[in-house]
Amino acid sequence: MSKRVASPAPAPERTPTDWKSAAMQKRIRRRYARERRFKLFGMMAVILSAAFLAFLIATMMANGARGFTRSEVALHFDFPKLGIEIDRSHLKTPGADLALAGAGLQDKVETLATSPAGYSLASNSAWVTVRDRIKAHPAILDGKATIWVPASTELEMGSRGEGPANVQADARKLSQAGQLRTGFNWGFFSASNSNDPVAVGIWGALKGSLLTMLVTFLIAFPVGVLSAIYLEEYAPKNRWTDLIEVSINNLAAVPSIIFGLLGLAVFLGSWQIGGHTFGPLFPRSAAIVGGLTLALMIMPVIVIASRNAIKGVPPSIRDAALGIGASRIQVVFHHVLPLAMPGILTGTIIGMARALGETAPLLLIGMRAFIVTPPSGFTDPATVLPVQIFLWSDEVSRGFVEKTSAAILVLLVFLLAMNGLAIYLRNKFETRW
Amino acid sequence: MNVFALLFVVVGLGLIGWLTARARAVRFDRGGQKRLHSLPSQHGWYVAMWTVLPALLFIAVWSALSPALIKDQVLKSPAASQLSDFAFERDTILGEARDVALGRADATFDDTATALVEPMRAAIAFYGWTGTGIAILLAFAGGAFAFTRTSPTFRARTRVERGLMLILLLASLIAILTTVGIFLSLFWESMRFFAMVPPQDFLFSTHWSPQLIDPNNPGKSLGAVPLFWGTFFIGAVIAMLVAIPFGLMSAIYLTQYAAPRVRRWMKPLLEILAGVPTVVYGYFAALTVAPAVRNLAVFLGMPFASAESALAAGLVMGVMIIPFVSSLADDSIAAVPTAMRDGSLAMGATNSETISRVLLPAALPGVVAGVLLAVSRAIGETMIVVMAASGAANITLNPFESATTVTKQIVDLLTGESEFDSPKTLAAFALGLTLFVITLLLNIVALRVVKKYREAYE
Repeated sequence: MSKRVASPAPAPERTPTDWKSAAMQKRIRRRYARERRFKLFGMMAVILSAAFLAFLIATMMANGARGFTRSEVALHFDFPKLGIEIDRSHLKTPGADLALAGAGLQDKVETLATSPAGYSLASNSAWVTVRDRIKAHPAILDGKATIWVPASTELEMGSRGEGPANVQADARKLSQAGQLRTGFNWGFFSASNSNDPVAVGIWGALKGSLLTMLVTFLIAFPVGVLSAIYLEEYAPKNRWTDLIEVSINNLAAVPSIIFGLLGLAVFLGSWQIGGHTFGPLFPRSAAIVGGLTLALMIMPVIVIASRNAIKGVPPSIRDAALGIGASRIQVVFHHVLPLAMPGILTGTIIGMARALGETAPLLLIGMRAFIVTPPSGFTDPATVLPVQIFLWSDEVSRGFVEKTSAAILVLLVFLLAMNGLAIYLRNKFETRW
Repeated sequence: MNVFALLFVVVGLGLIGWLTARARAVRFDRGGQKRLHSLPSQHGWYVAMWTVLPALLFIAVWSALSPALIKDQVLKSPAASQLSDFAFERDTILGEARDVALGRADATFDDTATALVEPMRAAIAFYGWTGTGIAILLAFAGGAFAFTRTSPTFRARTRVERGLMLILLLASLIAILTTVGIFLSLFWESMRFFAMVPPQDFLFSTHWSPQLIDPNNPGKSLGAVPLFWGTFFIGAVIAMLVAIPFGLMSAIYLTQYAAPRVRRWMKPLLEILAGVPTVVYGYFAALTVAPAVRNLAVFLGMPFASAESALAAGLVMGVMIIPFVSSLADDSIAAVPTAMRDGSLAMGATNSETISRVLLPAALPGVVAGVLLAVSRAIGETMIVVMAASGAANITLNPFESATTVTKQIVDLLTGESEFDSPKTLAAFALGLTLFVITLLLNIVALRVVKKYREAYE
């Protein structure tokens, strides 16, 4: 630097600011008011967001609480008078259902359940309850019996003080006579889908979710953890590993519905190889296809979480293990992995929670079928809880609103429990090195 | 044999191999001979690997191939001569026969299918047992080969670790395979679509009505511009108008103003919003928000307002995105050096002036990237629009009118009919490809922005 540094010019003469002047006071007041407004906006943003969550959960609870209860109405049967023509010996055979249906049981129950005003007191599926009772106790066919059957939607609403006035009056009369009772709806947890909102349950969907999640976990967890180990501990830095990293980060941001298209094309599409057409690899609507699709979807989540957990293990642990003669594989599998496990599990649980709540990809691979019998294996047609919620939300019948909200509450409880577990694990095993 | 039973048997054989090889290695050790190169359990793993892996590989290939082989053999049987040449009908009949042969159904509807049950059963049994036999043979052969190699000097550890390394590499390749699989499957089906519909019709024409496709000119009713507009309008405009101010302001409040205790409680609470399944948001939007929006529209003087307005779907989607924007904004504000904040405060600026004139401009790249990621999340969101938005493709600026999105149309096109070759179903894959490319670009741009400006303060 040949140039000489100029000495600083003397500060220009200036009258000092008069902070007490009216103009300055006003300016400060204005600035402070803006500060308060800004803070208020921030607070409002937080409060409104929380309020929305509260409102959402409150709405679901208000609607869903009734989904967990159900009303039953007592029907008095005089079986000899009803004239059900059936051979008693049939009742213990597998054909009993068909025989009782053939004897016109459904019509007779419906006639009996029709109120004087012309609407039905019992639900459409009431005769199934009667049928099962007859099968369990054939002796009741010889005399009179009182059987509690699910009440119809009209009567159930009437008993809550909704709907037409005459139905409400009937409901009051019936419950005073001890012929109408409301209790916890255990059937909601043991039954499967049905056309009748009174008889539906979530067991089939829950079981489908369980099977799907099992497949997802068995694929995504090992693959995700192993590839995280490779990328974090062994991978050389070259274009291949860069490509792997980029694709994992991109996969994490791909919309879930794209994975549905992938599942549809790969697992359910047909392949042409060497003149042969290889039909779909898996049956439609099966838990195994859903599980595979969701596994591909959450794998990046598990990889990213596992990598962070593995990165968090200090190098001194590795150096110490290497120093006493462990091989590079032993260092990772005996020392690094156990220490990173809490973080890996937390990430896995969060990924599984995401898979449990996912709907869109499963719609595309056909898990939206009407499933009446719960799936008993990975290749049976199945549906999952979120898809069941979606299907019920499409139903027009009023009774399904409550059931949908009740199913949503069950799903939210599962998800909250999983997220709670993840947070607990993180707090309990979090190590500050 | 059932595939799961077979897997069980193979893994069981692997366990037996592990135990015997380990026992043998332990005896080497005790015999007072030379010292072993590897630990006994490593010899065990070596044998187990050779037992299980070839058999597993074979089972995977076989279960993919055998349906086609079974079909070929059944088609060769005399009963199959009556089958029609029409592939779809033939597959239905074969499917019926297979269900009966496997005991999934009691009887067939079609007489041809009844005749095919026996050949089908024979073919399934033949290929099933052949596969089982080969798999078990492979397991034994692999195990025996490995077992004969165990000796005190055998370097089992090196071999096992090399094998394990290969497995690790394969696991990490699955991510690439998935990406390539997504791209190829979307690209392949889209090419078939564009063979029927000219790309310029699909990309630039403004009429979308897949229910009424003219078979001679399918491009006329498959113009996707209204879908792109609806997706942009709902996901990138309405949802962001909710998510950006709320997300940004709550991030600012929670990081700059709130007491630590409030922050500790409110942050996870907001994150619950991100954990609520989208089907729940969709139901909420359809059940509660959409009627409210419609009432508002009627109140504002639009008596024929749609009950499936763009506004309802966009609002709820925006709420869903709030925690996403908030946590990304939180990160980028936290990355601004404290010195800048302290300097501004020391000059006499109020908190809000510091935030809006110093912190936010400095954090802007991160915030912009966060917004881009949020947009990519919003336009890929499916369930909310499937349940709350309408299927009517309109190009409109009025949020109270109905609009439809790419994701909703994908679901609508693919549920219902199962025919795989019509322009209607293939259009879903073309839409999927468009969606994939756009979200990919948004992500790449977002990551670039972050990477480029992050170094500024480090």
